[in-house]
Amino acid sequence: MENNAKIEIKDLNLSIGKHHILKNINASIPSNKITVILGPSGCGKTTLLKSLNRLTELYPDVKMHGEICLDGQNILNGRHDVTQIRKRMGLLSQRPYPLPMSIYKNVTYGLRISGRKNKLFLQKRVEHYLREVNLWEEVKDRLKEPAGSLSIGQQQRLCLARGLAVDPAIILADEPTSALDPVSSQAIENMFQHLKQRYTIILVTHILRQAKRIADNVIFMYLGEVVEQGPADAVFENPSKEKTKAYLNGVFY
Amino acid sequence: MFLQKLRKGEEKFFRVVMFLSTLTIAMVLLLIIFSVLYKGLPSVSWEMLTQVPKGGFYFGKEGGILNAIIGSIYLSLGATLLAFVVGLPVALYMNVHLIRRQKLVNTIRFFLDLLWGIPSIVYGAFGFSIMIYLGLRVSLLAGIITVALFIIPIMVRSMDEVLKSVPRGLLEASLSLGSTRSEISYIVFFKQCIPGIMTAVLLSFGRAIGDAASILFTAGFTDHIPTSLSQPTATLPLSIFFQLTSPIPEVQERAYASAVVLIAFILIISILSRIFSQRFNKNKIDF
Repeated sequence: MENNAKIEIKDLNLSIGKHHILKNINASIPSNKITVILGPSGCGKTTLLKSLNRLTELYPDVKMHGEICLDGQNILNGRHDVTQIRKRMGLLSQRPYPLPMSIYKNVTYGLRISGRKNKLFLQKRVEHYLREVNLWEEVKDRLKEPAGSLSIGQQQRLCLARGLAVDPAIILADEPTSALDPVSSQAIENMFQHLKQRYTIILVTHILRQAKRIADNVIFMYLGEVVEQGPADAVFENPSKEKTKAYLNGVFY
Repeated sequence: MFLQKLRKGEEKFFRVVMFLSTLTIAMVLLLIIFSVLYKGLPSVSWEMLTQVPKGGFYFGKEGGILNAIIGSIYLSLGATLLAFVVGLPVALYMNVHLIRRQKLVNTIRFFLDLLWGIPSIVYGAFGFSIMIYLGLRVSLLAGIITVALFIIPIMVRSMDEVLKSVPRGLLEASLSLGSTRSEISYIVFFKQCIPGIMTAVLLSFGRAIGDAASILFTAGFTDHIPTSLSQPTATLPLSIFFQLTSPIPEVQERAYASAVVLIAFILIISILSRIFSQRFNKNKIDF
């Protein structure tokens, strides 16, 4: 597993003010797999996810130490352009945040800001990525309409398409189904199964059943620490730590 | 049982209080508009709107207030434009670039609120002293700059209140797509907030066109329509002031007629901006 690790997290510590939120995180995330970060609310899952593309830097008084190696390069040191790092990781958040523009422009936004202006090219990309997230048939006649006119489930798929359009290597998903109805949630999960052939997917969730359905690899967190990690079968069937066992048995949430 | 009755009575009492307050406000507003219209409308005439003052205008003779109408438009438009050019970047910078410097942003907000509270005559005096220092005379340009200084805090804080309400998730989503902060500011945040930004601009324009104190020393007053930025200019508020202080009843009536023109202006601008902001509203996401 060490060989094909897409991301290696080494001794990562993060504190906001006096709160020590992530404590000595060591984890590795294999490429082309779905890695689920699992744990009860408030254990630092989302913070860990957002430190991967350095969104945690937006919060006041954040201190981060340690290493996050993406393809062997530490992205936490100042040499790297943070914009380029973020571009390599698409983000899907708890609820969809479509941009205040048309459906079409939402998908092409990332391409346009990086200078792709060719209309034919953009049109092809829009169709391609909207098909990728199974949204094309629903919106092909209303691409000029504002993204806000879509349903929440459609918006979330649009956000996924928009993220894929900038051609990332990794998809960061922060409880992406928590605002969605069961059908839309199912659709997102199915898409992840399909997308993992080409992308490394990291999914944060506190829903145990969802984790069991789609995880290839699990990182179980509790109170800011990684308790256990490894292939999904091993962690779910045969957890080695007491805390993991307790969580899997529903003793605490 | 008793408690229930008490709560019911309380509810009734506060409903009456709120109704009466609303009624009072509405009455005062209607009274102002009505009295201005009552006194001013008979004196509004085509000549008044299309002529500049002729000799003896302020003693009740021929002429109109075109100089003040045009002057006010020049001055307020110029000042609003200048304030917008300076103010929008400030508001965006506070809400996008300084996102993790909340203490600094709150300090900036505090000082802007302070500036908002300073009476406009102080801005006038400040503008005047700067003019003396630079050796400038009263002029349209000096008026524009002074009024812009006076409305910038109003504009920035109103925009800031709107931009502040943009959810952090939208910022994070845009960053994850590889946008720079400036792209987020001028594409995402600006588009999301167009209706609110329009309202802020309108509010500032209303303050600019209605203010007399800040331009008293800086823009001066003249019977001519200014043809360049270096000439002094007349304005509606000062025109009202000069006419109202006249002992001649006819001239006083014209002051109210000028007030009618001023109110009509603000009304037209309000309606236009409503129409425009509705048109630009369609892409706004409701979070």
